Formats: sequence, structure tokens, C-alpha cells
Amino acid sequence: MSLSPHKRALLAITLLLALVLVSLLVGRVALPSNALFTLWRSDADPLAVLIITELRLPRTVLALLVGAALGLSGAVLQGLTRNPLAEPGLLGVSSGAALGAVIAIHTGLAVIWPLATPLLGLAGAFGAALLTLTLGRGEGVLVLILAGAAVSGVMFAGTALALNLAPNPYAAYEISMWLMGSLADRSWDHVLLVAPFLVAGLLVLGGTGRALDALSLGEQQATSLGINLRSLRLQVLLGTALAVGAATAVAGAIGFIGLLAPHWVRPWVGHEPRRVLWPATVAGAALLLAADIGTRLLPFAQELKLGVLTVLVGTPFFVSLLLRLRRSAP
Amino acid sequence: MSRLQAQDLCVSLAGRPVLQSVSVDARGGEFIAVVGPNGAGKSTLLTVLAGLLAPGRGTVQLDGRALYGYAPRELARQRAYLPQNPRCDWPLPVERVVALGLTPGLPAFGGFPPADQARIDAALQACDLLSRRQQSVATLSGGELARTMLARALVGNPAVLIVDEPIAGLDPRHALEAMRRLARLAHEEQRLVIAAVHDLTLAMRYATRLWALRDGRLLADGPPATTLTAELLRELFDVAACVSGQGASAYVDYA
Repeated sequence: MSLSPHKRALLAITLLLALVLVSLLVGRVALPSNALFTLWRSDADPLAVLIITELRLPRTVLALLVGAALGLSGAVLQGLTRNPLAEPGLLGVSSGAALGAVIAIHTGLAVIWPLATPLLGLAGAFGAALLTLTLGRGEGVLVLILAGAAVSGVMFAGTALALNLAPNPYAAYEISMWLMGSLADRSWDHVLLVAPFLVAGLLVLGGTGRALDALSLGEQQATSLGINLRSLRLQVLLGTALAVGAATAVAGAIGFIGLLAPHWVRPWVGHEPRRVLWPATVAGAALLLAADIGTRLLPFAQELKLGVLTVLVGTPFFVSLLLRLRRSAP
Repeated sequence: MSRLQAQDLCVSLAGRPVLQSVSVDARGGEFIAVVGPNGAGKSTLLTVLAGLLAPGRGTVQLDGRALYGYAPRELARQRAYLPQNPRCDWPLPVERVVALGLTPGLPAFGGFPPADQARIDAALQACDLLSRRQQSVATLSGGELARTMLARALVGNPAVLIVDEPIAGLDPRHALEAMRRLARLAHEEQRLVIAAVHDLTLAMRYATRLWALRDGRLLADGPPATTLTAELLRELFDVAACVSGQGASAYVDYA
């Protein structure tokens, strides 16, 4: 595309703002489009104000943050592994977060205190990251990925076990619903709990660009260019644990956004890992917010789960990517 | 002028000795061809000299300072290293791959200093790549890719250039060009160039010095004209060969 980088950035921000406005207006209760402009007036409809500021605004903020975390970590992990099929769950962090959250539901803690779910999710994410780091000690990237796969497996098994041993059908239903991923009924408390982790994770991941660029020449070449692979691995794992761990802890398992976002922006910004990072972040935020709006708009008796929609829409894209890869490979 | 010295290098990989007590001493302006059979330890010697592999015993010094005393980025500014068959995992434009050679001098954040564009242009020109600058490296021929990687190594203006098999897989014309280019870097720009080479004729014609390795030991070290003899070739490769001619018309033939 022949748009200059500035125009592209402007376009992306306009799109994001438009999505935010739609997200604030769309939902179970239809609000008139002028509701946003009368928000500050003394004669504003108190119900509309409540819906926008206490329900839709935190939900929108979370969608943006979670989408950004997934998009950026997807781009970083694709850069680290030099594999276009890498995604945020690769290091075992998201399945760790899922296990933590599921334990909160399983034990009934979540009923007593709603924030127990994201809090235990965060703990699970960090536990998984620590395990991946311990198992994947060494210098190479491959050993870290293999350790992540092993940790993922263990965490999945734990989640399945919790589901298997659910104390009652209601708990099993709650767990499986949570695992499908959603941003419904999230409050400002949720935002305040996870936002610091998400933002810190985004910053840590955002600093990997230069090293990822050099890594496109291979590990030995990157080392010869002065890149410290050990600290890069640590940086990626820490950033993913913070960002993706917090995202999964608050929203559940949301697939394909992290895989999709980097691929979506590459035709515009090229393949250089550093140049993909921030555009993929914005793309992830936009995609997730659009998907969340979709769950509210699609006319089903029950609200469609966010993770279900992203996978439904993401899979055709994934298949087309595979076909394109197969065509270009000999 | 830079000086690279190694004393008593010993390296074992997976319990097998790969380098055994190798000592070398090289200076800027030299073009050193490392020759020897497969598995002789050539690549290992190059990675140790490049500071990418710590030897089990022995030391490597660049300009009188031990390599491990250099910060990785500081070392990266002074020496460039190219492995066998260097590749790029993303289909980046030639120009961007070359720019990666400037990584050790760049800040972690922020854009690209405009002054560096001139260095990229110079490296592209030196390797005849100006017309290919926007082309994706995934679509280059083997010779063009090799030139791109050489440009990537040269763009940072390193005093020491260590290259593992720069002419493997190149046709005769591109192999000749590559050897000439490496020789020019040593003679005209006073860099130290160390390259593992299997084509003995080209090594004889262009290198100023030969290191012959077999089974991890340095069998010979000296100018090609006096070092590369039929006897050494038999000792190195177990082949009967004859070496004829001198200087630019020298060649090695096998029986």
C-alpha cells in the first residue's frame, strides 16, 4: 500500500476510535447515538450514564488492553521463533493463567470474591512462566519453546482434571463457560487489577524489537551482532507472563488474535519484526474490540462467548495462511 | 592495525576433542584461508576466534585484550562473522538485511540515524547490490544472497572479518568474484580476513596465508606458495595431488 506511515497510523487510530464509540453504544440496551455527547450534561439519562461508565467503558478498556497484549506478544513470539505460526500461548503462560482461574471457580472462591478468578489466574501465569524458565534453561530459543509446550500440557491436564472433578454440574458449567473467554460483566475493579500487569508487559515486550530484527539472521548471527540471547529470552518470557497472563486471567482463553494480528499488518509494514510490533498491538486491540462488539450484536438467545467468536472467525484466516505457506514452500 | 592472537586453544564438543592446542597469530592486511578436510575443526576454530564459543582451554586476544573482556556489542563493532550458508528467516528487502549489520551501534529504541543510510549505500555498492536494494532476500540467487550477507558483514566497518566457507555453492564466476572481494578487503583496506575455503586453487591464488587443519591440529601455517605442497595435501586429505604454477596462475590438480 502506498500510504505513508503517518497516514497509516492516523487511519489505524481513527478506526480504533470509531470502534470505541461503537463499543460504548452497542449492547443489550440500545442507546441513542447522542448518549455519549449528553453524558456530561446535568439532564443526562442516569441509566445511560451508568451503563456507559460502569459497564461498557471498563469492558472497552479491557478489550483494548487484552487485544493489544495478544497482538504484541504474538508478534514478539513469531519474531523470537522466526515462525509465522507462533502464538501467545506458546510459553505455557496462558494455560497457566487458565488453570489458576479455573481453580478459583472450582473451589468456590470466585463466588465469595469475584476478583479471585483473575488474581489466581495471574498467579497461575507466573507459576507457569517460572516452570517454563526452569525447564528451558540454557541459551537456545528451541529449548524454551519445548519447555513451554511441556508446561502447557501439564496446565491443560490440570484444567481438565478440575473440570473432571467438578463438585457439581453448575461448577463444571461455570468452568467451561469461563474457558470460552469473555469480557462480559467485567468491572473497573478488574481493570484496576490487571491493567498494571498488562501495561508493564506491553512495555517489556515492546523493547525487544532490535534484538528480534537481528535474530532474523539466526541465533549465532544475532549473537555475533552483540545480542544477548539469554536476556532476550528472559525479556520475552517476562513480558508474555505479564501481558498474556493478565489478559487470560481477566478474559479467559481467547484464541487466534495473537496469531492473526501480526499477519494482518505485515502486508502494510513489511516483515521486519521490529516494525511489526506496534502495528500488531493496535491490530490486536482493534480485532478484539470488534469481536467483542460482534458478540453483543449477534442475535443469539445467550451472549456468544468472545473466545468462540475469535476462533470461528480466526480459523478460516489460519487455513488461508497455511495454504499460502504451502504454496510458497517448495 | 588490528591483531588477533590465539594461544593453545583446546575445544571439546560432546566429549570429542575438536581443537587440540591450536595457536595462531594474525594481523590486519592478511587474507587467511583455513583449509582442511570436513570435520577438521575449521568452523570451530572460526567461531572461537570470533568469540562465539568459549574454548575449553587457551585464550584469544584481539588487540592485546582477551575476547571475553569485550562487551558483546563492543566486540560486534570490531569483528564481523558469517556462518556457513547464512540465511534470513523473514523475506526482508536486501537493504534491511544489510542494515542489520549496524545493530551493535544502534540504540535499543528509536529510529534509524540518517547518517547510517550512507554506510548502507556504500556497503551495497561495494557488493554490487544497488539495483537489488528493494528486492526480497527470499527471491535472490545464491550468489546474490552471499553478496548480501557479505554487505551485511561489511556495513559496520569491522577490522576483523571471519567467514565460514564464503564460496560454498557458488558458481566459478561468483566464487572468483567473492575471493577477489575478500582479498581486496585485506589488501586495500587493511582488514584481517579469515575464511574457511575448500577450493584450494582459489585459496592459493588469493590468500596471503594458509592455516591447514586436520583432526583439530594446526598442521601448517604460512604463505600458500611455500605451504601448500603435494605432501601437505596428502597429509591433509589423503589424496594424491599436484600443485603447479605460481601466484595468480597457481592451481591444484588431483590424481
